[in-house]
Amino acid sequence: MAIIVDEQTKLVISGLTGREGSFHGLRNRDYGTEVVAGVTPGKGGQDVEGIPIFEKAAEAVSERGANTSMIFVPARFAAGAIGEAIEAGVHTVIAITEGIPVHDMLRVYWQAKEAGVRLIGPNCPGALSPGKSNVGIIPAQFFEPGSIGVVSKSGTLTYQIGNELKQAGAGNSSIVGIGGDPIIGSDFIDILTLFEEDPETELIVMVGEIGGDAEERAADFIAERVTKPVVAYIAGFTAPPGKQMGHAGAIISGSSGTAEAKKEALEARGVRVGRSPTEAAQLAVAAIGARA
Amino acid sequence: MDLLEYQGKQLLAKHGVQVPPGRHADTVPAAVQGAEEVGYPCVIKAQVRIGKRGKAGGIKIANDRAEALKHAETILGMDIRGYTVHEVWVEAASKIDAEYYASIILDRSEKKLLAMLSRMGGMDIEEIAETDPSALVRRHIEPGEELTAEAAAQLAIDARIDEDVTGQVGELLLKLHEAALAEDATLIEVNPLIVTSDRQVVALDSKITIDNSALYRHEGLAELRDRSAEDPQERMAEEKGLTYVKLGGNVGILGNGAGLCMSTLDVVAQAGGKPANFLDAGGGSKAEAIVDALEVITSDDNVSAILFNIFGGITRCDEIAKGIIDASAKTAIDVPLVVRLDGTNSEQGLGLLADADLPDLHVEKTMLGAAERVVELANA
Repeated sequence: MAIIVDEQTKLVISGLTGREGSFHGLRNRDYGTEVVAGVTPGKGGQDVEGIPIFEKAAEAVSERGANTSMIFVPARFAAGAIGEAIEAGVHTVIAITEGIPVHDMLRVYWQAKEAGVRLIGPNCPGALSPGKSNVGIIPAQFFEPGSIGVVSKSGTLTYQIGNELKQAGAGNSSIVGIGGDPIIGSDFIDILTLFEEDPETELIVMVGEIGGDAEERAADFIAERVTKPVVAYIAGFTAPPGKQMGHAGAIISGSSGTAEAKKEALEARGVRVGRSPTEAAQLAVAAIGARA
Repeated sequence: MDLLEYQGKQLLAKHGVQVPPGRHADTVPAAVQGAEEVGYPCVIKAQVRIGKRGKAGGIKIANDRAEALKHAETILGMDIRGYTVHEVWVEAASKIDAEYYASIILDRSEKKLLAMLSRMGGMDIEEIAETDPSALVRRHIEPGEELTAEAAAQLAIDARIDEDVTGQVGELLLKLHEAALAEDATLIEVNPLIVTSDRQVVALDSKITIDNSALYRHEGLAELRDRSAEDPQERMAEEKGLTYVKLGGNVGILGNGAGLCMSTLDVVAQAGGKPANFLDAGGGSKAEAIVDALEVITSDDNVSAILFNIFGGITRCDEIAKGIIDASAKTAIDVPLVVRLDGTNSEQGLGLLADADLPDLHVEKTMLGAAERVVELANA
């Protein structure tokens, strides 16, 4: 088991011929991910270190059996590539590309919903199931197989927490970066649902940040539907209102989206919130220890 | 990117929304000239990216040339909650029968655009929602749906807009929706939307946010962006392509990744320090980016110590170390620098720093330890 990516993942990469796409695509393959194809218009018939390149995502599905797509193309073409992957019939699309216009994302968000395709990202580090499959840019060396599921809006913050878990002797079932953009394909609730159903996952670490109300909504969902223990961390207590803190979605508007409000919402529903990434990792390890 | 009122109005006018005639000015003589052109009475309005300008004295009515001169002199250069007024908009005064509120905003939770309308304008939306929730009508625009004239007019009826103008208000909503799609706006707010004494529906103010990611397809709007940074460090960072936010404290901070950087600010604050800035060096930063970042951080005179908190994923810690060494060779960094390097190539990075033996550089193993150390040094 594990979620989003595993041994069954057959990956097609849009933008595999690009510098970033080939670097990370080949790293994913080295990790053991089955990378079956790449897609680059105008480069069909070529290959990248033995991985065949197709003109269209549909060919990668019909000829190579791809079931998951990773999007690495530049922002202005990325929504088109996501749409094409959805139409091609993969079940999961993971969009790494940063800077996709919000209105384009609105369009493909609903396209994915209607087609029943799981969309992760954009502007996310991807998903890693240690020992099984890695799709994206998460550095796998900081994570060991284990029973803690991690879902996060932030990349580096996840590596920080993963590394602390590893040093404390705990491992992960899957790590899913959902991204920090205003419109993302899968929210905390979507991923919490999958972790709740995943037998390998015993505890969930949720890493949020300022902006939007996804953490507050997740808090309600956890109280109603999640039986597994959840530990959270929220970044951005010192962020001033009206300033975008790096991620396009990380902005406090008026009184909504503050870290304090998110922490309170989570704690009110029994979720322990670490004051630092270190404390969150310690809480997770202690909770797992108590269950073991 | 937030547009100034007059930029927003010009954008709305392009989409057929009626706005009062006006002139833009950035000097007193130009403001007076503008007032002469639009005629009296006219309104001189400070153009700054912050609300409640009127209460701060940034909006004044001029009945003649002498008053226009007096108000322009007062308003240009005044400070409105930390924002200096560099520009004014001189607008023909409107005769107001009624003040409404209209907006199209991106609802992140529902992943849909949301149209809102109220017959109570002139106060902010939170106030409207609190004072009289039933006066605020909300309707999501479904994916792929064209907002129809009938649906928009119905919204106006539901909001109990004066009967004779429901058609005009409905049409205005359609234009706001059209503008949001065409201009990649995530917020278009017209407050107040007025009905003039001759029963015309006119946008008296505008608040528009354009999606920065879409600026590549809006050349005219992209040009406005360069002038939006107020603070000298923020402007410098923008020129260097760095993500920097000034926070006013004395602990300079650099992290890689937005989340880790925000988290670093938090732990510094928990350790009793005051962060001077947010600076995300981004994924895969090279040495040059670090040199630039240090230049921006140290140009802020308030900074009395600096923390580098790096967890290398794609970013290689040896590149960060090279950047620190290059930067200190170029300019003397005269404040203590605390460095925490973990992750990819951290051993090489730490080795480079040890060999360089830079003065007043302190290496810490953990994020919390580094935060405590930098606060201690900053306050020493």
